[in-house]
Amino acid sequence: MAITISASDPALSGAPLAPRLSTPQVWGIVLIAPYLLVFLAFVVYPVSYGFWLARHPSSYVALYHDPIFARAAVNTLIFLVIGINLKMLIALFLSGFFVQQRAWIRWLSVIFILPWAVPSIPTILSVRFMLNPEWGMVNQLIFKFTGDDGPNWLNDPTVALAMAIGVHIWKSLPFWTLILMTGRLAISQDLFEAADVDGANFWQKFRFITWPSMQALYLTCTLLSMIWTLGDFNSVYLLTGGGPADLTHVLSTLGIRYLRLDQLNLAMASIVCAMPLVLPLVYFMMKRLSR
Amino acid sequence: MKLPTLRETATEARLILVGITVLIWTMIPIYHMFVFAISPKEDAFSGKLWPDHPTLHNFEIVFYQQHYFLRDFWVQFGNSALIAAAVGVMTLLIATAAAFSISRLRVPGGRIVLNLALFTYFIPAAFLAVPMYRTMGNYGLLNTSWALILAMVTVASPYAIWVLKQASDKLPVELDEAAVMDGATSLQIFRLVYLPLMIPSLVAIGTYAVLLAWNEYLYAFLLLSNDRDLTLPVALGNFLAADDSPWELLMTTGFIYALPPAAIYYAFRRYMVGGLTAGAVKS
Repeated sequence: MAITISASDPALSGAPLAPRLSTPQVWGIVLIAPYLLVFLAFVVYPVSYGFWLARHPSSYVALYHDPIFARAAVNTLIFLVIGINLKMLIALFLSGFFVQQRAWIRWLSVIFILPWAVPSIPTILSVRFMLNPEWGMVNQLIFKFTGDDGPNWLNDPTVALAMAIGVHIWKSLPFWTLILMTGRLAISQDLFEAADVDGANFWQKFRFITWPSMQALYLTCTLLSMIWTLGDFNSVYLLTGGGPADLTHVLSTLGIRYLRLDQLNLAMASIVCAMPLVLPLVYFMMKRLSR
Repeated sequence: MKLPTLRETATEARLILVGITVLIWTMIPIYHMFVFAISPKEDAFSGKLWPDHPTLHNFEIVFYQQHYFLRDFWVQFGNSALIAAAVGVMTLLIATAAAFSISRLRVPGGRIVLNLALFTYFIPAAFLAVPMYRTMGNYGLLNTSWALILAMVTVASPYAIWVLKQASDKLPVELDEAAVMDGATSLQIFRLVYLPLMIPSLVAIGTYAVLLAWNEYLYAFLLLSNDRDLTLPVALGNFLAADDSPWELLMTTGFIYALPPAAIYYAFRRYMVGGLTAGAVKS
């Protein structure tokens, strides 16, 4: 911060009538201009236009009376509170597994990263077919072994939402495990050796060494993952399509649903309604990251 | 050789148990896709864990576009590749210039621009998609590749700028000072000093932008609609429109579509892990 201020004061060095900006600063403006143009044309303009579209109170009244909106808001909260915390706990556990020094675990970690490396569309569709009640592999196997028909997985809103959360976890677990692994690897091994000498058990080592050095990272990851998950359109849209009966929508798919129904003002209003959830998270993340 | 103690054996057993669970969990959807891709039509719907007569016939159908759903496969593959490449190049140009300007030239207001970019990065892309769709309509770009390219550049560049700025800050300031003493202009510093030193980060960011664009579904699905303009993921999603869609062909196409990004990811894994995680989370 301090550097920026001192550098942006070129008048001090030159004569009062000299150009206000030094040559490097002119170049600086020229080089930053392309991004500013992109930002103005494709962030500032759309966002302002969107807010302008969402200005009518009637849109919010309509949203309030739309049961699908309430359901989507609840689903989003379930997705965030249960889904993300479950994912981060598993990632925390698995990061402890993957830092073990074994050749086979190193190989496994290469395979483990696959869900993150491959695009999500084909794998989500693969899960969707797997869960098909008639021809899906899961129910075929259930029938083969028990002689009973399996459940109609994606036709029950609770199960369908749980499956969407499962797909989300499948996709992003490797990334967060990797990040938490770097956190674990940064802890000095001396601490663990000293704890071993003192006869600490597994849980005590985690409680008094691992967790204190990782809790800030863990919190950052959880918040970041929550923000990104708010925008996770694919896991829900491609698995359940928001169905059955529009009961598994989350806020990101709901906006697109209104857009498809040509109710643009409702789409924007539903996004504006998500802002009280998004902005505090964003503010907190910005404070953490721009230190 | 000393025999492992009971305690050590129990630890190993637990690790192997976790390992097997992780392996099965990770591979299920991918294996399922693979089995479909090598199954003939009659095996595909019988719920077998391995087809009786594995075949590459599905790949042949896809490559020769011998199905109604696949008649534009190569055009769509080309669209995906072209758009991903364009997004990669444009993101690199815009973000490198901005990061150089903010970090090395200390442009006035650079800090504010950086914070605005960071803010954009945190706005979920699915929320920006709705107004973006209308904006592209207003600009008259809807249903052109440019709409998707510009949208993806908008989504990719904030993170790119941020990571590149962090990497730039680590280069010693004496380098620039020495170059200035030798009479180098800003552009010469950019070209001759800055870019060569930034190559690892540039590779990471280029890969990031290319993969982001190649994998994108939502924006492509909103901004493009003519069959011959579509990218592959949207074409895959369109299979769902019909009840009698050929799953084995959809899974084969999906498998082909997933291969290039996986290959790129593994090829540049070293850069990706180092370059991106450093920027993604700073505790």
